Amino acid sequence: MLLSLIGRGLFQPGEVLEFLTSPPIRYALALSLGSSALTAVLSVLFAVPIGYLMSRFPFRGKAFVDALLDIPIVLPPLVVGLALLLFFMTPAGKMIESHIRVTHAIPSVILAQLTVAAAFAVRMMRSLFERIDPRLEQVALTLGCSRGQAFFQVILPEVAPGMLAAWSLSWARAIGEFGPVLLFAGATRYRTEVLPSTIYLELAIGNLDGALAVSLLMVVVSLIVLVLIRTGGGIGGALE
Amino acid sequence: MMALEHISIRQGNFYLQEIDLYIPTGAYAVLMGQTGCGKTTLLELFCGLRNAVSGRVLLMEEDVTHLPPGARCIGYVPQDHVLFPRMTVREQLGFAPRIQKWSFDDTKKRVDELASRLGIAHLLDRFPQFLSGGESQRVALGRALAVRPSILCLDEPLSALDEDTHDDVMELLSSLHTTENLTILHITHSRREAGQLATQRHILRDNTLHSEEISPC
Repeated sequence: MLLSLIGRGLFQPGEVLEFLTSPPIRYALALSLGSSALTAVLSVLFAVPIGYLMSRFPFRGKAFVDALLDIPIVLPPLVVGLALLLFFMTPAGKMIESHIRVTHAIPSVILAQLTVAAAFAVRMMRSLFERIDPRLEQVALTLGCSRGQAFFQVILPEVAPGMLAAWSLSWARAIGEFGPVLLFAGATRYRTEVLPSTIYLELAIGNLDGALAVSLLMVVVSLIVLVLIRTGGGIGGALE
Repeated sequence: MMALEHISIRQGNFYLQEIDLYIPTGAYAVLMGQTGCGKTTLLELFCGLRNAVSGRVLLMEEDVTHLPPGARCIGYVPQDHVLFPRMTVREQLGFAPRIQKWSFDDTKKRVDELASRLGIAHLLDRFPQFLSGGESQRVALGRALAVRPSILCLDEPLSALDEDTHDDVMELLSSLHTTENLTILHITHSRREAGQLATQRHILRDNTLHSEEISPC
C-alpha cells in the first residue's frame, strides 16, 4: 500500500498525516480500537464458559448447538448483519431497543463485531479446553474442590495464555469487520464509522489515496497491537 | 473399611454386574486384572468420580454412594500422577489444606512434614516438568495425603518407574501404610508388587471379582 502511494507519486507525508489526524478519521480510529477491544473482552467472556461446556459435557442436541456456534463463521458477513437487523425488527428486538438504542448506534457496531468474533473465540477456547487432561479436575475434586473451585483453581490457570490468544484473535477479527457493521450499524460519520467503513466511504467518493492511507493505518495499528500482545503475553504456543 | 455392595456399572458396551468387594480397615489390597477389565472404574467408584447404575459404596461403615468426591476423605493418586502443571511442589502439597480452609500455619507445617517424610524437601519450589518419575510419584502421594485421609486409592502407581525408583517407592508405600494408618486399594499388573505389599488380593476376571487373603513377604 505504501509502495502504491509512492508509486502513484502521491505519497506526501505531511498531507497523509494531516488526513489521518483529521477529526473524522480520529473518531473512526478511536471507535475501531475501543469497540474491537470491548468486543474481544466480551468474546472471551462468552467463549470461556461455552468452550468449556462444549469440550467437557455431553448433552442432547450438542451437534446442533455446535453447528449453530459455527454459523457466523460460515455465513457471508452480510448475512450476519442482515440477521441482526431482522432480529431487531422482531418484538424481542424492539423490546431491547425500547430500553437501549442499538441499531445504527455504537452498541450495534459492538454487536455486529461480537457475533463473528465470539464464534472464533469459542472455537479456540474449546480446543484449548479439549487439550487439558480431565483427570486434573478429577484429582482436584477428590482433594475437596467443588466443580467451580476445580475450574477456577486448576483449569482456568491452564488456559490463561490461551484466553489472551483468544482475545487477540477476536480483536483482530473485530477490527477488520465490515459487512455486518455496515449493514447493521451503518457508516455514519461521528457515530458508527469505524476504519473499514472509512475505507469504504473514501472509495465511494473516489478518494483512493485517502482509502489507501486509512488501510495503511489499519495495518500499522494491527501490527503494533498484535506484536505487543504476542511478545508480551507469551501466547505463541496457544496460537499454534 | 471400603466396600462395594451389589455394584453394577454400564458405560457404552462395557458393563460390570453385581460386584461385591470388602476391604477391612488397615488392609493393603491390590486389585489386578487384564487391561480394560474395569479396575480403574472400580477405583473411581470409590473416589466418587463415577456413578454406579445400582448398588452401594461404603467407606468406614458409611454409605457414600451419593456423596461428592471431596466429601469422601479419600486420597487418590491417578496413573501418571497428574500433577497440576502450573503449581510448584509446595503448592501441590498445600492445595487440599488450602481448599479445606486450614490455617496458613497448619498448612505450612503439614507441607514441611510431608516434604520431609517423602524426601522431597529440596524440591518444594520446583514445577512438575522439572521432576523425575519417582519425584513426581512422591509429590502425588504427598498431595493425596495432605489432609490425612484414612483411605488411599492408587492407580498403577509404580508402572512408569525404573527399577531402583520402583523399589524405593514400594518401600515408601509400605511404610506409609503403617505410619499413616491407611487402608489402601492399589491397582497393579505386577505379581511382585502384590506379593510384597498386599494383605489382600482381588482379581477382576470375566466380570467377576475373585478375592483372597495373602501374607505379604
